[in-house]
Formats: sequence, structure tokens, C-alpha cells
Amino acid sequence: MKDFISQRAREIPPSGIRKFFDLALTMEEVISLGVGEPDFPTPWNLCEASIYSIEQGGTSYTSNRGLQSLREALSRYLHEHYHLSYDPDGEMIITTGVSEGLDIAIRAIVDPGDEVLVAEPCYVSYPPCVTLAGGIPVPVQCVEKDHFCLNPDRLMEKISGKSKALIINFPNNPTGAVMRSEDLKAMADIVCDHDLILISDEVYAELTYEGRHVASATVGDLAERTITLNGFSKAYAMTGWRIGYLCAPNDICDAALKIHQYVMLCAPVMGQVAALEGIRRGEEEKDRMIREYHVRRNLFVESLNRIGLPCHLPEGAFYAFPSVEKSGLTDYEFAERLLKEEHVAAVPGSVFGSGGEGHLRCAYAVSRKDLNEAVMRMEQFISRLS
Amino acid sequence: MDEKDLLLLQLLEENSRLTIRDMAVMAEVSPEETQARIAAMEAAGVIRSYSAVIDWERAGNGEVSAIIELKVNPERDYGYDRIAERIARFRQVRSLRLITGTYDLQITVTGKNMQEVARFVSEYIAPMDRIRETATHIIMKIYKENGRTFCEKEGTERIPYSL
Repeated sequence: MKDFISQRAREIPPSGIRKFFDLALTMEEVISLGVGEPDFPTPWNLCEASIYSIEQGGTSYTSNRGLQSLREALSRYLHEHYHLSYDPDGEMIITTGVSEGLDIAIRAIVDPGDEVLVAEPCYVSYPPCVTLAGGIPVPVQCVEKDHFCLNPDRLMEKISGKSKALIINFPNNPTGAVMRSEDLKAMADIVCDHDLILISDEVYAELTYEGRHVASATVGDLAERTITLNGFSKAYAMTGWRIGYLCAPNDICDAALKIHQYVMLCAPVMGQVAALEGIRRGEEEKDRMIREYHVRRNLFVESLNRIGLPCHLPEGAFYAFPSVEKSGLTDYEFAERLLKEEHVAAVPGSVFGSGGEGHLRCAYAVSRKDLNEAVMRMEQFISRLS
Repeated sequence: MDEKDLLLLQLLEENSRLTIRDMAVMAEVSPEETQARIAAMEAAGVIRSYSAVIDWERAGNGEVSAIIELKVNPERDYGYDRIAERIARFRQVRSLRLITGTYDLQITVTGKNMQEVARFVSEYIAPMDRIRETATHIIMKIYKENGRTFCEKEGTERIPYSL
């Protein structure tokens, strides 16, 4: 029999934590700091809006771009909160999560052989999505010394004649790093000078604890060459609804829309209705959850530093990214033994690419009670090591 | 009252057993300042008391509660205040509010059993001079109290890892 699997599918690496996942499922009383999603249920008014809409028969396709009302509300929201200007009719697509937005953004702009710079450590799907589009992912390492922000010199080193685009994600998964205006300005100059496209995944924008989030497309001349990706999963605790959005200049948006209509047709209408309620009347609930992440961050990061896991202050998202180097273990060994011996699940930093090694991603989107318990178990584990 | 005070109040309302140290870390102020801010809010009567939310049914105490609505003739110069103060003095009265609508006051009363609650209403509350009418609603089941749901949630399937 022939080998049916495509070269491209073979080229994509398998998940770096499959082994951990299976192991954790066999264990009892695991405290998981390994999940990149809010521990809150979706605010009830959003669910109610969706349930009511289903009762009224709202179960059909929407326009390929997504519900007009949602795009209009989003356009206003983005303008008011982030000074972004996107035309709801020509520069915006509601996508099935940011994951789909990322995929169609890359496929809309990448030709075979194009190099796509990826600021790492990063969400695990960026490099494989580039590979699937026939592009070549080129990692640009963000290091702890730079607070895990993108260093302009490191970016310059990786740019070649084949460079087509740069993918960034700030606030960052897994490091929690946030790029300030001045950092973004330096990056913007390079992106413009080298005629690159910027794909900016800003799904954690709302979860910014020090100051306000600065949208990449508002920096310098980036608007004309930026694809902004965002979604409802994190800020509105809507991971399972799969609603994201892509905003880009009209020509890029049209290209992405063609792909979107063939592979997805439209994002699920139930989720779009819930998202609309979120934009219209979800602010208070959203802020309440963000306030809770903020206080948990303060508690958790202080605890990590206290028990001997040095951790920079993550200014956004809901991840702490402590160094485990002092333990003498690699991040994989540390994560595996922590799971086996103390039943605490966290993700080894290497999974997220270069710059992640020697670190552990701990999501603090779990109750304070569980966070405290996790810290106690981690402290026990560390004391046994020394 | 500033943002830090409001944050401390929210934290305490959710869980009044938090330590000063933890609250200080969460609010990004020193423990001394946290202590001082809380003391000031206690002194100002912003923080009235600290208590637990208890599911008495589960505790097996067999307590019965009722909501009783009262029509009251207000008093010249005092309105509802004096009668409300008198009613509030009864230990059995757990809460007392002035409300809009058909009735004027709404009280929550607890007792060991239904007879005790009924006796309290008929012997002490209904005969008061200014009370014109009462309506007693026995509480059959509590689903939510003080922002806390009492019903058990079914566990959801949360995966151990997602990237």
C-alpha cells in the first residue's frame, strides 16, 4: 500500500505535550496550570442571548464576513478602545476563532518559499501554519533579558531577501510579555523599511494589567501592512464558541475572505450572537474577570519568586513564565516530574519555540484556592530537589 | 475611597478570610497600608461586619425561613423609621428593607419550624399598631444567597493541557 500521508502533513511536528496530556488523564487530583483558557464560564447574559436566538430559529449561515451587526459593533469598539479604524464591510471577517484567522491570514499572503518571521516563544500553531501554506518559518528569539519583547537587532539579523511577513503576539502566550509603544515603534520601522506584512495576534489585548494595550496597527505606518487578529475566547471566556476576527486592509481582507468562504463559509452563528451581546453589554463581566486575573497574577508571581522559581512580571495575558534553570533540570524534566510527583500540570517552555527552554508556562486562569495548592506542591517539589 | 479601597472591598466581599498579606500582594500595596485602609473602612461603617454564607439546610439544622411583607402606616415626622427600628430589634428578623410596590417593608424571619415562624408573625409583628396587613412567604429552597449558588454544579470536562 502506498503511503497516503502528504509531505506537508509529515513535515509538521506532533504536539510537544501529547505524552503529558495522556499521563495527566490517568492521574487523580491533578491541578492543571496547563490550560490556556479562562476558568470562568461564559458570562450568563451572553449565553442567554445565544439561547434566545436559537429559540427564535437563529441557526442558519451568516454572511461569509459574519453578522453585519457584530462587525459594526466591533468596528466601533475597536475604534473607541484601541483607536483602530476598520471598515466593517471591507476590512473585517468574523472567523472561527483566532486559529482560523491566523490560517487564512497566512494563506492569503504567503507563496511557496516565502520566509515568515515568527517572534518566539509563541503559540504553537504559528510555525506549522506557515509550513502548511508552503512558507518557511524563521524564528526570531525573544529573550528574558528583553522582558521577552521583540528585540529590533535580533529581528534585523533574521531578515533576508525572501522575508515576507512577521508574526507577533503581544500580550504574549506563553511569556505574558507586553510590547510598549516605543518597542513597537522600533519594530514598525523595520517592518516598513523591509516591506514586510505584520500579522499581529492580539487575542490577549484586553488582559493588559499595566497601562493600556497598544494595537500594532496604530503604530507608525503599520496600518496599511498589518493584519490584526483578535477574538472573544480569552477576554469573554468564550473559548468553546470559536469566535475570532481578522481585520486588514481591503485587498488582504478580500484575499482572506476567499479562503474563508471556501474552507469555513462562516463562523458559527450561535457564537456570533453571544459575541455581539458581549460587545454590547459584556463590559462589566469582562472587567470583573480581568480584575480577578490581575490579583491572581500578583499573588502567583510573588509566590513563584518566593519559592525559588524566578519569574519576570508578566504584564498581560494569564501566564507566568518562571525559569526552572536553578533546579538543574531541563524544562521537560521539571514539568514531567512535577506532574508525576506532585500532580501539578504545567507546560515546558521549549514547546513554544526558541527562547522558551529553561522555563515553565503556568496559566493562572485557575481559582485562587487551586493556585495556592499548586504553589505549595511546587514548593515541596523544589525542596526535594535541593 | 479610591481604586485600591474598592478592590479591597471586592476581595473581602468575596472572601472575608483572606489574609492581610495576600490582600496586600493582590492590591499592590504594603501590608501596613492594607491594614490601615481596612481599619478606616471599618471605622467609617463601610465594612459593617464579616460573616459566613451558610447552607443551613445542609447543616441539618432544620431551620425555616420566611419572607414577610408588611403594609405599614407611616408616622408623622418619622415615616417608616421608628417602626422599622422596632421590628429590627427582634433576633428572629434577619433582614429588613423598605421597598416600593404593594407592600412597604419586607423582612426575612427564621425559626426552628414553620409553627415558630407563624407564631412570631402573629404574636409580635401583625399586632403592632401601625401594621395594616402582612403576607408571609415560606422559603422552600434556596438556590442562591449573597451571590453564591447553593446548587451543585455538574463537573465540566476541562482538559489538562491546551497551548
